[in-house]
Amino acid sequence: MSLNNEEFRPKIVAFCCNWCSYAGADLAGSSRLAYPADVKIIRVPCSCRVNPMFILRAFEKGADGVILCGCHPGDCHYSTGNYYARRRMTLLFSMLDYIGVENGRTRVEWVSAAEGVKFSQTMNEFVEKIHSLGKNVRLGDLRCRN
Amino acid sequence: MQELISRAKELLADGTVARVLGWRAGDLPYNPEPAYFTTAEELENFVYNGFCGANLSKYMIEASKLEGKTMVCLKPCDTYSFNQLIKEHRVDREKAYIVGVGCKGKLDIEKAKKLGIKGIESVSGAEMTNAADTLTFQTIYGEKSCSYAEAMLERCHVCKGKEHMVYDELIGESKDTKDAERFAEVEKIEAMSPAEKFAFFQKELSKCIRCNACRNVCPACSCRKCVFDSTKFDSAQKANVDSFEEKMFHVIRAFHVAGRCTDCGECSRVCPQGIPLHLFNRKYIKDINELYGEYQAGADTESRGPLTNFTFDDCEPSIVTQR
Amino acid sequence: MYKIAKENLPALFQLIAGERELYVPVNNNGQVNFAAWTEGAVVDLDTLKSVKSPKDAFFPQSENLYTCYKDGKKITIQPEELQNQNFVVFGMKACDVKGVEVLDKVFLSEPVDSFYAARRAHGTIVALACHEPEESCFCKVFGIDCAEPVADVAAWMVEGELYWKALTEKGEALTKAAASLLTETDEAKVEAEKAAIRAIVEKLPYSDLSLEGWNGDALTEKFNSPVWEDLYKPCQACGTCTFVCPTCQCYDIKDYDTGHGVQRYRCWDSCMYSDFTMMAHGNNRTSQLQRFRQRFMHKLVYFPANNDGMYSCVGCGRCVEKCPSSLNIVKVIKAFEKQGGDQ
Repeated sequence: MSLNNEEFRPKIVAFCCNWCSYAGADLAGSSRLAYPADVKIIRVPCSCRVNPMFILRAFEKGADGVILCGCHPGDCHYSTGNYYARRRMTLLFSMLDYIGVENGRTRVEWVSAAEGVKFSQTMNEFVEKIHSLGKNVRLGDLRCRN
Repeated sequence: MQELISRAKELLADGTVARVLGWRAGDLPYNPEPAYFTTAEELENFVYNGFCGANLSKYMIEASKLEGKTMVCLKPCDTYSFNQLIKEHRVDREKAYIVGVGCKGKLDIEKAKKLGIKGIESVSGAEMTNAADTLTFQTIYGEKSCSYAEAMLERCHVCKGKEHMVYDELIGESKDTKDAERFAEVEKIEAMSPAEKFAFFQKELSKCIRCNACRNVCPACSCRKCVFDSTKFDSAQKANVDSFEEKMFHVIRAFHVAGRCTDCGECSRVCPQGIPLHLFNRKYIKDINELYGEYQAGADTESRGPLTNFTFDDCEPSIVTQR
Repeated sequence: MYKIAKENLPALFQLIAGERELYVPVNNNGQVNFAAWTEGAVVDLDTLKSVKSPKDAFFPQSENLYTCYKDGKKITIQPEELQNQNFVVFGMKACDVKGVEVLDKVFLSEPVDSFYAARRAHGTIVALACHEPEESCFCKVFGIDCAEPVADVAAWMVEGELYWKALTEKGEALTKAAASLLTETDEAKVEAEKAAIRAIVEKLPYSDLSLEGWNGDALTEKFNSPVWEDLYKPCQACGTCTFVCPTCQCYDIKDYDTGHGVQRYRCWDSCMYSDFTMMAHGNNRTSQLQRFRQRFMHKLVYFPANNDGMYSCVGCGRCVEKCPSSLNIVKVIKAFEKQGGDQ
């Protein structure tokens, strides 16, 4: 299929930690590294700020994929936030898989402020993955469609 | 039961406790309700039998705010919940006089009714003293019977053991009821394809009427104000509007109690629509056990919960896709 | 009086569903609730009570009132359409039918609730007599005869045959539509069934429950009674009793942000909830005792006071079966009976 209006454009929500990944996205931008405009970044003070409801709410309102980016383990601005986030997201993703949501739709990646390349690579990969999974029909509020 | 009543009377008489929290005989043979007793006279209506399924730990949150000590009857599984509440500073150990009561499995009248037993006038075999493992029902439609195990709550088939985790004294004997694997059902679902899993939960959760009974009886759900009751965000709360909301509610509710849920099974017991809600909690428990080491919430009052803890070499969330 | 063999019921359902929406008790994963009939649905007419009452058919748990769409600076408001298709609810019990009568008092008195009125106008009720009433039933207390339901069509299930009797014009119309499957018969067997049901009802443990003292004039006496102080304690403040009840009619109106507009919907509310009738200044019932009292005062005192003595409880017994703490309206009535002499 050629590019036309019918083509599936996934909606991706990326929660990015203010101290690393958000700066990483900045660096990707200033380095002119491309990543799809389908990714909408939401800045959070720490990956640990993201509670499971944020992820589900994003899906509810029509996201096709949700990615959480934080500081590398050991580098958290608040020392330990990302360690807690890691456990929480592991359990949540496992639960989503358990209720039948395709497990590629969620992802956690650690991206530092210096890793503009990694940021753009990760986003490209993730968008491609969501593209292959197609529209999110299992998690989403019918009222938000149409 | 008589032993419990006379001990309660003693404790009330010598002023050790100001009230007794137990069960009062109902007006049908199977519906005792949780109740407070303050006099010997009231204790005449005290009952403890196979139908006393309610976990009284939850009531101790309120009882801890009352003047004086409360004697509370806790079954072995209830003591896990009580311990967990101590850990979370929601109950006051000093305000409780815990009588650990024996348990030979609790009954679910719905299960008996599913077997076609209706019009029940009286039940025998549910008493704690009864050694027989048959329940006999006198009904308007004649005598019916079923085995005790057939009418037992799901949670009793996967009992954690009849040992009390916290108590001041023990009264009554217990009988082992475990005859199934705790995680067998979870494993069965894990083995399904994503489409099958989705269909399974969609079907179960489509029954949800958002009555919030699962939340309100849950001893781990002890928040004074639930996030789902907030008027500040557009959760459907009590509305049954879209299948997504039910999923969201149950996934998040189970997440909020993950690492704190003792698997007491109250949520599944009270669900008016018979949704196996323990499948959510047990999935979290199973994952925690597998990924972060065996953990039983409520086994102690000191340890850090798995979600308020971490190690430097925890697995990455991507493990979910690799398993 | 007509009849149809039980094994022909699927054909009957198919026939009715062919021309209008049909709601029947359906078993979904072990629980029986009223749902739209589809081919392959497991229809269960043997289970006495559906978990939820069939009031959903006329007053759904959640329904849209209107939707606002936003497109740039342009906002359009689209009201939800009223029910304009005929539908049939098959298998309601006498108590459930009476429950609809209670709802009528609320929603059809001025100002009329147009959503409810439209559904009532288009709905035909086929009520089924209770073959084997159960111990939690106490409809007799409210003067309901479960052996002879009063609806558009009354039906009885006797020895593998469904007996069918139209009682209203709507019922006649439905009978005509289903005529090809119905055969004429006499009432002998139905009369015997009625007698049998009534004999069982006499034996039910709650059938002799007394409502003495519960009426519209009992307000201050009942409201101020100390009995409530002990009675409410097992209540965990969930909404099970209100959500399975055929007569609870309180609702809340809420907005939902769809991202591109707003949906205004209403949903059942429960007086057991802490946010019930929440206003800007807060809540006027601040303790669970008050909320608990509200439910029973409403059913047994306030409602009769405003509706010529009609109680807003029909004795279906669903709350008796479903309360997590085994608390229910029967226990409330009995507690007052017991303590009544002391005060």
